[in-house]
Amino acid sequence: MGKTVEEINQKIRDGSVHVVTAEEMTAIVETLGPEGAAKEVDVVTTGTFGAMCSSGAILNFGHADPPIKMQKLRLNDVEAYTGLAAVDAYIGATQVSESRGMEYGGGHVIEELVSGKSVVLRTTGSGTDCYPLKNVETMLTIEDLNQAIMINPRNAYQRYNAATNTSDQTMHTYMGPLLPDLGNVIYTGSGALSPLSNDPTYATIGMGTRIFLCGAQGYIIGEGTQHDPKNNMGTLMVKGNLKEMNSEFVKGASFHKYGTTLYVGLGIPIPILNEDIALCTGISDAEIKTEVLDYGVQRREKPVLGEVTYEELKSGCIEINGKEVRTSAISSLYVARKVAESLKDWVLKGEFMLTTPIEGLSTKPRVKPMRQTGGLLLVKDVMTAGIGTIKPDISIEEAAKRIIKGQFNHLPVVSDDGRLMGIITTWDVSKAVALAKRGRVEQIMTRKVVAVNPRDPIDIAARKLEQHNISALPVIDAKRKVIGIITSEDLSKLLTGGGHK
Amino acid sequence: MKIILCFNSQIIKKPLIAEVILETGALVNINKATIDITGGELIINVPDEDAKKVIKSFKSRGVDIITLEKPIVRTDEECIHCGVCISVCPTNVFRYEADGSVSMDHKECIQCGACITACPHNALKLSR
Ligand code: SF4
Ligand code: SF4
Repeated sequence: MGKTVEEINQKIRDGSVHVVTAEEMTAIVETLGPEGAAKEVDVVTTGTFGAMCSSGAILNFGHADPPIKMQKLRLNDVEAYTGLAAVDAYIGATQVSESRGMEYGGGHVIEELVSGKSVVLRTTGSGTDCYPLKNVETMLTIEDLNQAIMINPRNAYQRYNAATNTSDQTMHTYMGPLLPDLGNVIYTGSGALSPLSNDPTYATIGMGTRIFLCGAQGYIIGEGTQHDPKNNMGTLMVKGNLKEMNSEFVKGASFHKYGTTLYVGLGIPIPILNEDIALCTGISDAEIKTEVLDYGVQRREKPVLGEVTYEELKSGCIEINGKEVRTSAISSLYVARKVAESLKDWVLKGEFMLTTPIEGLSTKPRVKPMRQTGGLLLVKDVMTAGIGTIKPDISIEEAAKRIIKGQFNHLPVVSDDGRLMGIITTWDVSKAVALAKRGRVEQIMTRKVVAVNPRDPIDIAARKLEQHNISALPVIDAKRKVIGIITSEDLSKLLTGGGHK
Repeated sequence: MKIILCFNSQIIKKPLIAEVILETGALVNINKATIDITGGELIINVPDEDAKKVIKSFKSRGVDIITLEKPIVRTDEECIHCGVCISVCPTNVFRYEADGSVSMDHKECIQCGACITACPHNALKLSR
């Protein structure tokens, strides 16, 4: 025997509705079974609070006198897009400040607007008959705007991979700092409380569903960009009125050496129409799996180091490649719980009515990688193969001779089976010779060598050269065997020679 | 207790730490040391019960002392309780409570600074 959304709304109106959070529902389904739980419970509230980069807001500033067509616009020095009529702009969460860089961005501007602070608007136009004014500089608060509507193209990932790093240096990512050599694991998502994990087939969720969005009542306006239901990575596009939001649930954030974003609090109420839906909302952290990816590899496809459940992630420690690694989240379970509790409270007080979606969300996968017609140049296409190497027990004198003979600046030092152990440069050798230092190569070589793989795109090699301020990288295969070298000269030739467009 | 020791360039060459340890018998642990031509700065950790005599002993040798009651401070209104700080801190200063909030145990902090840049909402600062 099922219920309808209208029947549940009637219960909300007469105050007899039974609402629980998704975490509470897990225990209820366990004790009563899905059938019992469906009878007992009318609404399950979910919640998440995490960094959602694909967020932003449409702002309408009203017309100036004389009028201006805003062409370049900055709010607190953060650029907003103005290619829409005269005085509308879209400010995106990840746009960074022109004066403060990555520590302040669109996400912060949105937070400041929501908390009632004033922001500085600077804008210029080219001056036309309809819009003669060329410059405006003014201070505004959210009260001064006609509309301030949050529109987020991609929010509320059903689940997301966890991140770690096997490389030998800290990676500064949108998942926070990932320490070298499997130093930590960072995950995101609220697990059993996660909105889409509680209705993975979108039986009750779709276009038009009323939701909790940053403390206001917002709406799902469709599936999000990169919606990927087949991989349990569905997403939502949502909108809500910035003027009704609560700054406790909208926080601008900045990730060191990555950039800015916006923490969004989002909760979806799930009407328990039948026992199938009750069963779905009974999901526990132990049943939600995700993969741990290696962010040390700067490619689109990152190696999967293992599969874990949210229960394991939340335990504070997981095992990867035989090593105990500490875990922590970048999203906030504490605030996610507040979202689910606030939504529950609204429903109990009769302030929030449930909706039936006017159109469902697609369950077919549609995420494609970018088509790159320019082609992708790899290290192996550019490197010098079959270069000279040297053994660690060779004398410095002999090394000097080989460098002169071979006319190169870098000599990788390899073991008997050809594996990379170190590197010496002309500089190392001349210094040793000048100081009349005698001895073996291994005494003067650099042991911590930055290297690349033949299949890495050349842009990765260029970034490594720049980051470490060095001029060459040995190219090594999976067994660390040296198969070539790529130098900054090779790369600059490409740029100036126009070989790669 | 954490104590910052500030040396000027005149006394930096003397084995002051060894002298203080021998004099007080306290178990002094060095957490951080920065030394250059203008002088040096060390953060040490000493058992609370020995703190008084260690401070006195350093002072008598011309070392300036700053005690760190709270080596790391958090602006609670700015904390969104994500927990990024938890897995980057080498000394386990932070942890999740049962309600999901992030709590901290200042005493363990060695002022490495890792959490300061890691915090997405700029809630943490090292104190002096
Ligand atoms: S990283 Fe910052 S915001 Fe997150 S829990 Fe730690 S102090 Fe709070
Ligand atoms: S400064 Fe370093 S030791 Fe202190 S709390 Fe932060 S991460 Fe931990």
